Amino acid sequence: MEIQIPTPLRTYTGKQASVQVEGATVSDALASLTAAYPDLKKHLFTDEGKIRSFVNLYLNDDDVRYLPAKEATAVSAKDSLTIIPSIAGGRTLGTN
Amino acid sequence: MATATEEIKATLPDLNNDEIARYSRHLILPEVGLEGQKKLKAAKVLCVGTGGLGSPLAFYLAAAGIGTLGLVDFDVVDKSNLQRQIIHSTADVGRPKIDSAAEKLSALNPHMKIVKHETMLTSANAMEIIKDYDIVADGTDNFQTRYLVNDACVLSGNKPNAYGSIFRFEGQASVFATKDGPCYRCLYPEPPPPGLVPSCAEGGVLGILPGLVGVIQATETIKLILGVGEPLIGKLLLVDALNMSFRTLKLRKNPDCPVCGTHPTVTKLIDYDQFCGIAPAKPEEATATVKDGIPQISVSELKRKRDAGEKFFLLDVREPYEYEISKIKGSTLVPLGDVASKLGELAKHKDEEVVIHCRSGARSQTAALQLKEAGFKHVSNVAGGINAWATEIDPSLPTY
Repeated sequence: MEIQIPTPLRTYTGKQASVQVEGATVSDALASLTAAYPDLKKHLFTDEGKIRSFVNLYLNDDDVRYLPAKEATAVSAKDSLTIIPSIAGGRTLGTN
Repeated sequence: MATATEEIKATLPDLNNDEIARYSRHLILPEVGLEGQKKLKAAKVLCVGTGGLGSPLAFYLAAAGIGTLGLVDFDVVDKSNLQRQIIHSTADVGRPKIDSAAEKLSALNPHMKIVKHETMLTSANAMEIIKDYDIVADGTDNFQTRYLVNDACVLSGNKPNAYGSIFRFEGQASVFATKDGPCYRCLYPEPPPPGLVPSCAEGGVLGILPGLVGVIQATETIKLILGVGEPLIGKLLLVDALNMSFRTLKLRKNPDCPVCGTHPTVTKLIDYDQFCGIAPAKPEEATATVKDGIPQISVSELKRKRDAGEKFFLLDVREPYEYEISKIKGSTLVPLGDVASKLGELAKHKDEEVVIHCRSGARSQTAALQLKEAGFKHVSNVAGGINAWATEIDPSLPTY
């Protein structure tokens, strides 16, 4: 299936805007993504392995958080996972 | 006896002949009409920020006939703003943005009442400022203010927050904080850690992008006032200007949201700097000679070292396209993103003095910390970066 990578995270996927991965569920697909691009892991997941709360995951047009099975939701090759981080377009935090 | 609708209609302000001529193209639209135009005149909208997003936003609200427009901005017009902040002109460089913006808006529509709030929006003043407005359009450039505006809108009795944000060539838009809709925290319960998402200054932005997104915010504001169409409540619009693609994702109100959920824990405005992980600036930090254990050197000190023939390794951690704009002779380029992977190559300088610079001193500080952690013994950061070098030492170089 396809995972769409938002601009701020494309530095960690060799500038690719979308990546093809294998996986039976949302979790598997993400594991496949971070296995291929390890630098992405700390930006997407906390040390305990939970998805960071400034990152939203959408399976097609639905927020994964609100799906009945959440990250355990089954996916197929024609599904698309989109990662949406928060952006504020402007000053870097803590600098001028 | 007048019905409720008739009573509301009777309280709407009248339009004079000049206004009727001005708004004729609105008046002949069934979705607006005379009554809709009166609603626009009765409306009070607060525009937070008169920069990239605020420029088109404020312009179109003025054109549409909003009755009262509040402007919040404390910044000054800089040359680099003119690539996208089209409400300001070359003659305005150095002037307060709020004055520049108010002038142009007044020229476009003298019927509109402009209220200037030349201040930073903070927890101390936000509730007081927002209380006089019906809708808040957020055109700010940092996460702290995003959360502040959101919380203030919810806590002010659910004033709609017309949200827009941008990064490079991607944008987002939505309407938050309505009574039954989600708020910003429903989407993003927590901000990203400082430094993870670069600013426009560090990451760059396609000038047209805030133009696209700002007008979307103005559109949503107008739709809310008129009560027409489908506002972006419970929806997140994603814009990709490079592909010219628009996607709408579903947003839900989070019943556990600390601000707008069924059992809110945030019932007044908080310290947003702390929430976003920004430590308060210590007074001595402005001219600090050491930051987080890394000595900061001035560009005059760097020049002195060079002229005295001192031996050191000058590392430039900017991107190749920046290196093309300006560079310091004798520097070696290793972009910040490659520093970690090139530690092996850089190791030959481990015991040498390593002086690091970038554009303005932020990225080079990050690189310095990385090298120090990797065991480099003498690492220092050039405060002010190559822009300070170009301003103070070598004016033949451009600043950017």
